[in-house]
Amino acid sequence: MTQQEPIVRFDRVSMQFPGVLANDDVTLDIQPGEVFALVGENGAGKSTLMNILYGLHQPTSGQVYIKGRAVGRHSPAQAIAMGVGMVHQHFKLVPSFTVAQNIMLSCEPRRRGLFYDFKAARARVEQLSREFGLAIDPDAPVEELSVGLQQRVEILKTLGRGADVLILDEPTAVLTPQETDELFCVIRRVVREKGMTVIIITHKLYEVMAISDRVGVMRGGKLVGVRPTSQVDEKMLASMMVGREVLFSQLSRRAQAGEEAIRVESLQVLSDRGLGAVNGLSFSVHQGEIVGIAAIEGNGQSELVEAICGMRPIRGGQVLVEGKRINGMDPGAVRALGLSHVPEDRLRTGVSRQAAVWENLIAGRQRQRAFAARGVHMKRGAIRDYARKLFEKFDIRAPGVEVSAGSLSGGNMQKVVIAREFSFEARCLVVAQPTRGVDIGAIEFIHRSILEKRDSGCAILLVSADLDEVIRLSDRIITLYEGKITGQFSAGSISKEDIGYYMTGGRQDEEAMA
Amino acid sequence: MSDIFNIGLLQNTLRTTTPVVLAALGIMMTDHVGIMNIGMDGMMLCGAFFAVLGSCFLGSWGMGLLTALAVGLVLGLFFGVLVIKFKSDEFIIGVALNIFAGGLTVFLLRTIFGVAGAFSGSQELPIYGLPRLNWPWLDSIPLIGPLLGGNTLLVYASWALVALCYLFIYKTPMGFWMRAAGEHPESLRAAGISPEKMKYLASLLCGLFSGLAGAHLSLGYLTMFTENMSASRGFIAVACCIFGRSNPPKIFLAALLFGFIDALGLRLQSVGISSNLTSMAPYVVTVVMMVWVVRRAEHKKQKLALLRG
Repeated sequence: MTQQEPIVRFDRVSMQFPGVLANDDVTLDIQPGEVFALVGENGAGKSTLMNILYGLHQPTSGQVYIKGRAVGRHSPAQAIAMGVGMVHQHFKLVPSFTVAQNIMLSCEPRRRGLFYDFKAARARVEQLSREFGLAIDPDAPVEELSVGLQQRVEILKTLGRGADVLILDEPTAVLTPQETDELFCVIRRVVREKGMTVIIITHKLYEVMAISDRVGVMRGGKLVGVRPTSQVDEKMLASMMVGREVLFSQLSRRAQAGEEAIRVESLQVLSDRGLGAVNGLSFSVHQGEIVGIAAIEGNGQSELVEAICGMRPIRGGQVLVEGKRINGMDPGAVRALGLSHVPEDRLRTGVSRQAAVWENLIAGRQRQRAFAARGVHMKRGAIRDYARKLFEKFDIRAPGVEVSAGSLSGGNMQKVVIAREFSFEARCLVVAQPTRGVDIGAIEFIHRSILEKRDSGCAILLVSADLDEVIRLSDRIITLYEGKITGQFSAGSISKEDIGYYMTGGRQDEEAMA
Repeated sequence: MSDIFNIGLLQNTLRTTTPVVLAALGIMMTDHVGIMNIGMDGMMLCGAFFAVLGSCFLGSWGMGLLTALAVGLVLGLFFGVLVIKFKSDEFIIGVALNIFAGGLTVFLLRTIFGVAGAFSGSQELPIYGLPRLNWPWLDSIPLIGPLLGGNTLLVYASWALVALCYLFIYKTPMGFWMRAAGEHPESLRAAGISPEKMKYLASLLCGLFSGLAGAHLSLGYLTMFTENMSASRGFIAVACCIFGRSNPPKIFLAALLFGFIDALGLRLQSVGISSNLTSMAPYVVTVVMMVWVVRRAEHKKQKLALLRG
């Protein structure tokens, strides 16, 4: 394989952004007809490298070759012309246009040189769809499609433009396990039958093992290693990514569940649009156990969390925290009952970005005697000492306690939220998306903190879009679909595929199966 | 009743509809690329003034029309540069355009023509109005003849433009690019077409339509220029554009409805209903329509939410 001329070649490519060296002297050959996985923590430079290839960034130094030709200041349009196509993490589709109109955008067939030839466009899409074995209804408006099908439209769009090098930027982040499997089938097929080359960016290691021929690991802008996938395992990759051993070993399970701490009874909550988001849920969380909610985004888990924390009105049923009914309470009153909350969106509700880190760390407790004399005058010295203690305990890496929370990296910002919420001495914890957009080192730390809390007798409700996280941490798993419980399982009694099945309402998506 | 509901009512409806339709088609262009141009009222006021200026000094209605179109292009470009290149708030620029146009036309009216309030031509400087088109074969048809015949050039042009705009927006690739530029510019950029170019194109087209609308006011509807003669038709046009969901035939129907209410109001005055009440009519209709539009949008959102599950 290595004897062939590489289809894409990065020759000592560096990319300097203001204050950040995003790519540092990267040299990499991609062989024609292979599936190459590029892995690394957030901010390791994977996307930057691919954006350079696709012509979205111009490298500061070094040279990129596509099919042996040196490309310098090329645009995405030129990259497409040379056969390089990219499917972005955020789809570039016009919602109200049909599938065919999106796929043919900017290369519309014409009638009499002037009018859009809709028939020809549809025929072309049908032909593409047959050729690549990707079933799709050309006349469906894109806004009515599921995320998985929208991604299929993106892939067809790229293939339709004659791409033979396909870059996929975190393609599985938004997919269910079933949709992921289908995507992988598609990738294998286009590689086998069409001789395509696929570069896939991901940070899910089992996906690397499942799909790729070779894998490149990036860390801090450098390419730290390229290996045939058959010669590595997940542990090796993980330690290459973070530069040390990561203990993704089996986590200890709960010893014993205590008393009931959170009780949800026939709960009904409305979404922002006034539709039923949570439709009659009942479950409880006991002291010393972690209950994980597994659901695809938008199936009521966000509204459920907000209702339990007093941030969203309860429309029907009731929620009991430590035996007390919280219907109609505001978030402060619920917290006073002993419930802490790590919100899903740290930028919006987790921290105040303008405020200093120390302010964020004591938020909610600023009137307590320890921090404010007579509940009014802030004791700066005591607060600073306290903040420094939390810095150490939660491994927050920041220039100091005075900097604004908004200037921290995502992982450290999340640690600030975790540090604050976990220091409340609460008996109940509601943790939503604790590691979203957080790098692997911080994930490990956050997971440990959550388990420590459980072992100290906390009742923890965990909501995460990362199914692996839910499976690793939870003692019990509840699957939600359209605001209803579709299954309850104790840890270890169910496979990931089965959970995915229940997350999609326990029925297969017929369209997606084609 | 026959005093109110007769052929004259329909004739008046058509007459009042034309400037609103032309203005609304211009607003529609910018609306499709994601810009709401509330400066249309001022732009058409400028068009009306410069149409008279061109007609007087260059000596023909054709030159008057061309002058209005040229000024419309300049204003469209000005609006485009500020909103697209410098990313100013389109509503603030729109308000500024309206205020600017009001002041500029009054100032120029006084300094160039030496009159205040209105200029309807003079011995030395006659205004050449747009020609009326008469077709004898059309006139011979009862009802249709008197209704459709004998209108000025731009009335017929506006009907043709409704059809042309519809074809352009919904049946040509460029129409699709314009809509993509408004709805999801990044997808257009990724496909290799600059959304900014589409936005400039829309701003320029919008300028051209403002010139047509203005020229119709001062050379067709009337043959004179009066201060503030656009009389908020630009805002009614915004309402028609929203109500017609930026779809030319629907915009035309919305403008007809407004024209009808307006004409009806005038006639009701003649049977003794207070003008204070009747002149409210178009605005009451606007409010009712807007409520309806918002509710429909909500409905669509809910429908999509259900579809996607």
